[in-house]
Amino acid sequence: MTTARRACNEQMIYLYLFITFFEIGLFGFGGGYGMLSLIQHETVEHWHWMSASEFTDIVAISQMTPGPIGINSATYCGYTAVKNAGYPMPMAILGSLTSTFALVLPSLILMVLISRMFMKYMHTRTVESVFQGLRPAVVGLLAAATLLLCTPDNFSTPHENPWQFFISCFLFVSAFFGVKVMKINPIRMMMYCALAGLLLFY
Amino acid sequence: MKSKEFTTTNVYWESFRTFFKIGMFTLGGGYAMIPIIEEEVVNKHQWVKKDELLDLIAIAQSCPGVFAINISIFIGYKLNKVRGAVVTALGTALPSFLIILAIAMFFHQFEDNRVIAAMFKGIRPAVVALIAVPTFNLGRQAQLSRFTIWIPIASALLIWLLGVSPIWIIITAGLGGYVWGMLASPSPSKGGDDLIDNSKKSMQ
Repeated sequence: MTTARRACNEQMIYLYLFITFFEIGLFGFGGGYGMLSLIQHETVEHWHWMSASEFTDIVAISQMTPGPIGINSATYCGYTAVKNAGYPMPMAILGSLTSTFALVLPSLILMVLISRMFMKYMHTRTVESVFQGLRPAVVGLLAAATLLLCTPDNFSTPHENPWQFFISCFLFVSAFFGVKVMKINPIRMMMYCALAGLLLFY
Repeated sequence: MKSKEFTTTNVYWESFRTFFKIGMFTLGGGYAMIPIIEEEVVNKHQWVKKDELLDLIAIAQSCPGVFAINISIFIGYKLNKVRGAVVTALGTALPSFLIILAIAMFFHQFEDNRVIAAMFKGIRPAVVALIAVPTFNLGRQAQLSRFTIWIPIASALLIWLLGVSPIWIIITAGLGGYVWGMLASPSPSKGGDDLIDNSKKSMQ
């Protein structure tokens, strides 16, 4: 993180957190995972609030704990962003409150508006054609989130640590097939990989 | 309106408790919640009818934002308008918020622990795989054809290689879908939006 960016972050971090997560709540189509690509882009690529591996850990923990993954990761990202900016714990708690509130607010506004007046328009051809365009794009968003998380942070490199790189690729492929083909529960799959990590990397 | 049968405070509290429970006990996020929501909202409390809930679920899924929050706002609004919506949204978000906060506060102390570090080295590739899986599942659901397969590929490459914000992709794709819909099937009547499915809905 550049010092200039960090300095500007420190002044305004709550405002930026609010705007960022409001945008994520407003444009986060495609459920929790679709939202992850937005959160990842904003918090890691754009604001540099955290590293790719920190973000990956947040996703892992969000997945393993109860509740919607979008709320879990927003809460955690808000906390981590303020914490990483060098603030003490109470300020970080305020950060998680800001991001969670900002994520829910667009939903609250939109769903109330829909309930109040637009319910009957939700089944029209116009709205349907907008979603027709959104659906394939959300697939692209998820693909981008996957690609952006394939970093040396998460996998290491053949040059730097060939053992970790090889094992990471193996775990990636087995987790993919385990969940996609063998329909293993994602949380159980993560537990298996944690065990493998403990045995192979300790 | 069902809510009139209850005293108002009772409904606030009941709906808060119900959605708190839904937020608290659903592992694995959004769609895993559907059966529990149905059990609580339709069978137990009879706040909405089943087909009405199915309709709300369909709308909540296609809207932006967190699915469970969206559905809780719909139900809350039905019960007590905006205040009801705030109460149910709060109920759904609060367990997540508290649990994650507790973990976040303590995780930083264990980050450097060798056991935890080794476990997370194993978990990270798995998490990337867990995001790759719904990419393919959603791809199938979106029924990509030879004519639409370029959309996800182009969006992914724009975000990955050129650093384009996913928000721009979403806006462009929505507008693109709208324009394409206009061109593909120009509606004969300019006034009202053609309510194709709506007639079907009112039949129910």
